[in-house]
Amino acid sequence: MSTLSAHHLSRRFGPVAAVTDLDLTLAGGETFGLIGPDGAGKTTTLRMLAAVLRPTRGRAEVAGCDIVRQPERVRRQIGYMPQQFSLYGDLSVLENLQFFADIFGVRGTAARQRIDRLLQFARLQSFIHRPAGQLSGGMKKKLALACALIHQPPLLLLDEPTNGVDPISRREFWEILGELRLAGVTILITTPYMDEAERCDRVGLMHQGRLIRQDAPAALRQLAPGHMFALYTPDLLAAAALAPGLPGHLSHQIYGDRLHLFLADPLPPQVIAAYFSGHGLRLRQVLPDTPRLEEAFIYLMSTPQP
Amino acid sequence: MIDSPAPAGPAIIVAGLTKRFGHFTAVDAIDFSVQRGEIFGFLGPNGSGKTTTIRMLLGLLPPTAGAAHVLGIDVARRAGQIARRVGYMSQHFSLYPDLTVAENLDFYGRAYGLRGRTLRRRRQEALARVGLEAQRRQITASLPGGWRQRLALAAAILHEPALIFLDEPTAGVDPVSRRSFWRLLYDLAAEQTTLFVTTHYMDEAEQCHRLAFIHNGRLIAEGAPGQIKQTRMAGQVLEIRCEQPQAAMAALRQAGLADVALYGRRIHAIAPDLDRRLPELSALLAPAGLRGMQIIPPSLEDVFIANVQ
Repeated sequence: MSTLSAHHLSRRFGPVAAVTDLDLTLAGGETFGLIGPDGAGKTTTLRMLAAVLRPTRGRAEVAGCDIVRQPERVRRQIGYMPQQFSLYGDLSVLENLQFFADIFGVRGTAARQRIDRLLQFARLQSFIHRPAGQLSGGMKKKLALACALIHQPPLLLLDEPTNGVDPISRREFWEILGELRLAGVTILITTPYMDEAERCDRVGLMHQGRLIRQDAPAALRQLAPGHMFALYTPDLLAAAALAPGLPGHLSHQIYGDRLHLFLADPLPPQVIAAYFSGHGLRLRQVLPDTPRLEEAFIYLMSTPQP
Repeated sequence: MIDSPAPAGPAIIVAGLTKRFGHFTAVDAIDFSVQRGEIFGFLGPNGSGKTTTIRMLLGLLPPTAGAAHVLGIDVARRAGQIARRVGYMSQHFSLYPDLTVAENLDFYGRAYGLRGRTLRRRRQEALARVGLEAQRRQITASLPGGWRQRLALAAAILHEPALIFLDEPTAGVDPVSRRSFWRLLYDLAAEQTTLFVTTHYMDEAEQCHRLAFIHNGRLIAEGAPGQIKQTRMAGQVLEIRCEQPQAAMAALRQAGLADVALYGRRIHAIAPDLDRRLPELSALLAPAGLRGMQIIPPSLEDVFIANVQ
């Protein structure tokens, strides 16, 4: 069952093509991550799918409704959390939730029950009387998510919800998304961070307005060509200078306390170690490593797509 | 402008550094040092004391106790001398969008007391280093994100500081630009410039030579990223693939495993000695349609979370 489908979805702002020919289909209950740098077109895509921005070309159906012809119905079917989610800073946590319940026509006992459940869900029970403006960054994001969930939408559109949030709050936020996923909610989330993509069922890489590839994170990681090794040495610069002499050398990169090597052939780590120690390099360790999404993304960005 | 050559020795030495606000201890007797030419990552959640520490290192806030020396300068006694000797680059760094690349650099150069021929030479060197010579007349607002980041770095190195503070320097930048930006940082480090990086993002933290984690005002871990991952993780991470994640997570929690989270279609469970419990867990998870499980290396984020809980 598909909850969202977009065909050739495109948006121009004057001469700028913000999104071009985006094709996307989400199955019910799926968590899909739209990954890409600032300016790649992620926010424009989400705004079109949330029916707050009309496409210049193409079409999309969200929860069975056409985004251009039935924008009001789309908005009732989705929970949309834009980057600048407008919470009312002077209103308390509880009042913000009551306000959003009113907007979506959730009233009386139903409203009270849902608000209680969402407060518990977002771990905000102890803060119900605090003004939203005085919450920490992570708590604001959780309150914004709770507000977006007040009408129990089957589909969530989240635009960089963890931006500027510290790792602990970020993990907690993803735990909440995990619970929603288990409850069958379909989630489309954008992020500039590759490590968050690992938590999605499928990931789409966006670059310059185009969705250049979509697949499961594990499948995307395998797109990076060659075999990856991590070499630990106190002499990283010397190691980098020696790397091109290795048989089957494709590329290398200093990465913190280690050198990442990409080789055409799966050489045994001992052979790689012998090469470097043979040139007088002090070695701590050579380990086979798994390419990250970042390497796959770099490969895709530098290779023309069909 | 720099009146004496920077003395040798570590770029930053912090000993028993403490800051109290009334009854609240924001920074609690921390010790660390940063070597010259090192890329040092300073990590901590919001409210951990991270920003208070940096403000003391910049000489903007006097310590309550303990000492810190930055480029040989005592932050308590000669606070005013630090800010102009270090570079500072933040993701919120205020470049003027309506000015050209060269005009922005001139503005920051003058702010640091550079004039005339020296200013022109330093501007030229900085532009060459970050690869923006061809863009010098371009309006800053029209630069792509990755180039603006490089311009911000150029502005931070104009006065040739021996130490640069960088706050989330590559947040939101595409991976290719991020990679070339980090190459610039490694080049600076190779020339003995010290880089002090703060970030919430483990992608950036992993690229530092050495890391320190601060939490509740105390340093809780310090070392190279690889070393921290190998030594500072009490538990093991078990990745589980199964048909009914919800049932599997409930079963794991009932078996006393508290740290269980969903990663896409997989489950990550963190606990000590999981490798020895595999037969037991495999029986436990069989009803949930177990398809496979393996111990995987912890991510830096796993280690970070494990150490602050």
